[in-house]
Amino acid sequence: MTAPHTLSADAVPAVTTAAEAGLVACPHCHLLCRDAAGDDPALRDRLRCPRCDGRLHPRKVASLSRTWALLIAAAILYIPANAFPVMRTSTLLSTQNDTILSGIIYFWTSGSPELAVLIFSVSIVIPLLKLVTLSFLAVSIHRSATTGTRPRAHLFRIVETVGRWSMLDVFVVALMVGLVHFQGLAVIQAGPGAAAFGAVVVLTMLAAHSFDPRMIWDRASAGPPATKQTPTGNRHG
Amino acid sequence: MTEPLVACPECDALHRRRALAPGTKARCVRCRAVLYRRSYLDLDHQLALVTAAILTYMIANCYPIVDLRIQGRLNSATLAGSVLSLWQEGRESVAVLVFVTTLLFPLIDLGALLVLLLLIRRGRPAAAFSPLLRFLQALRPWGMIEVFMLGIVVSLVKLSNMAQVLPGIALWAFGTLTVLLAVILSMDLHNLWDVGENAIKRPAAVPQP
Repeated sequence: MTAPHTLSADAVPAVTTAAEAGLVACPHCHLLCRDAAGDDPALRDRLRCPRCDGRLHPRKVASLSRTWALLIAAAILYIPANAFPVMRTSTLLSTQNDTILSGIIYFWTSGSPELAVLIFSVSIVIPLLKLVTLSFLAVSIHRSATTGTRPRAHLFRIVETVGRWSMLDVFVVALMVGLVHFQGLAVIQAGPGAAAFGAVVVLTMLAAHSFDPRMIWDRASAGPPATKQTPTGNRHG
Repeated sequence: MTEPLVACPECDALHRRRALAPGTKARCVRCRAVLYRRSYLDLDHQLALVTAAILTYMIANCYPIVDLRIQGRLNSATLAGSVLSLWQEGRESVAVLVFVTTLLFPLIDLGALLVLLLLIRRGRPAAAFSPLLRFLQALRPWGMIEVFMLGIVVSLVKLSNMAQVLPGIALWAFGTLTVLLAVILSMDLHNLWDVGENAIKRPAAVPQP
């Protein structure tokens, strides 16, 4: 592993940011461009990357507002996702509704505790941790926190990496539905919880995607850079 | 050639770019995010991998993933068949979600990557290059073949308790595809901007008032 500079493990070195240097990194192709727009929002909306023609914004537009909106939507849907059945098994004798939790209990009691732990982690713990962690990060930005920048940056990276694995239960339901189709013998259908759960995963992924980790460092440095986007009053391009 | 400076995508710190040995990454001094990486693979390796992945994808979706036998009756399922079942029973949103994350986006991802690599290899300017690469970057987080593969394993365990389960050809194809995609996704898409720069038609840098 090579780093452009060597440094001790825990000291956070002083750096110059692109914003401080009057530069803006293209969000699409990462080309560094001279930021000609400054504080002029009209010019900002017209500024394009010379290499890929993408819009040049030094920070994600209205990042916090979007993150909150998506987080709140995901938190609301988290309730039906866990309360409603994700799967309905109909056999000749009975109909059984399974929520995420009862599916986990089934694995635990039927001799696959490792799978129970896996599903519990990706379906219940990870979505909940994502909601809590992203809320915590957003609050820390609102409060202009200056401490613990590196741990917070690390937390965000973890949230971004593990989020997709929550989709596991949706795929399991889809496969069971496709496989168990024996008319008159056994049929498995997806329950309303599956749709709610899928929506929670998509919304938390979008929320993580809307959050701009550079804000963690902006607020922690001496002052916000002159070119920083305020979360309001900007037309989204 | 490549720019001499690079800004950290996660904290905006500026770094001077330096050449990397194959298979290494450059990390930000402040937040430890990966700034850029250099793959072991050259352009032709990448093309070969993408072609192999597309063929594997075809096999994975044309054959049954698993055959299920209950009381002498046999049922086999393909991925597309599962999506169709979900749709028919009125769970359209779940059907669409599974369809885009396991069928549509991975296919578009591989197809777009193939076109981009061929454009770079041809070395002539192409207007489609930038929009296609930007589209590919936006799409990438939403392809979830590796998660789906784990879903197959979980389903097999679940079903093996109640019926006789026979693995199908597509099961092995999805396993192979997961490995191929892991290698393909480890290649930094941002390198393509630098490599393909000469293949991009440059628009005017200054906005017209």
